[in-house]
Amino acid sequence: MAIKTDAIGKEWPGSTYQVGREKIKEYATALGIENPVHFDVEAARAAGFRDVVAPPMFCVVYALPAMAPAILDPEVGINFATMVHGGQVFEWGEVACSGDEITTTPKCVEIYEKDGKGFYVFESVSVNQDGEQVLRAVWTNIVRGV
Amino acid sequence: MNVGDQIPELKVTPDKYLPHRYAGASGDFNPIHIDVDFAKMVGLPSNILHGLYSMGLVARANATALADGDPRALKRLSVQFRGMGLPEQEIVVSGTVKSVDDNRVVVDTVATQGDNQIIRNAEAELEL
Repeated sequence: MAIKTDAIGKEWPGSTYQVGREKIKEYATALGIENPVHFDVEAARAAGFRDVVAPPMFCVVYALPAMAPAILDPEVGINFATMVHGGQVFEWGEVACSGDEITTTPKCVEIYEKDGKGFYVFESVSVNQDGEQVLRAVWTNIVRGV
Repeated sequence: MNVGDQIPELKVTPDKYLPHRYAGASGDFNPIHIDVDFAKMVGLPSNILHGLYSMGLVARANATALADGDPRALKRLSVQFRGMGLPEQEIVVSGTVKSVDDNRVVVDTVATQGDNQIIRNAEAELEL
């Protein structure tokens, strides 16, 4: 059966996440990151940040929820039972700090079949409350047996 | 910093409950990461680590090794997820400097558990 590609080019509405100090602390702790700029506002300000700053990979916290409507969209048609996360690209711009409101907008950029597997590629762009880009991401999901 | 230099290895052994803490921190509660019974039911050996957790360790290893943990240094990270990572087994993140262009450094990085590469072809670009 040929893979369904109708959703290529489809965009979904942006969704906004408010960054907070305690969430940054929780994320940094889970990853074993110890730099005080992620825990202590005074240390963060002394290092030149406006507030407690997120580690780069904190982007999953603010961007992942925005991806769900795209990945779950029946028009995309992903079979979750056999889906794996195949690859990931993150490109960072402005840092994310506590108090930021970050809006992430997903788009489907590619759907193709290769070696009996379906490749579903999404791109997202995340901007903060000042319109500065904090992240561009490419999310590749692979579905076996399409 | 020269092409071919190794970055210091990062070694981390995620404990049994790490996937639960990471699920809470990241918001990804997919049961394959936190429910052993469910994971086995879908053919996995046990609950498996989140790929984005392992990617987080790759980011940490590079930022620590080259920029003293400065969160501004890492500009780009691309990875492929392959073999699955398991709790309670040591993860070793290692990397080799691939290119140096003024203040931009690219590091080829892998994360392994024993012979199993859980992240491969990871390319980290840092601005120092």
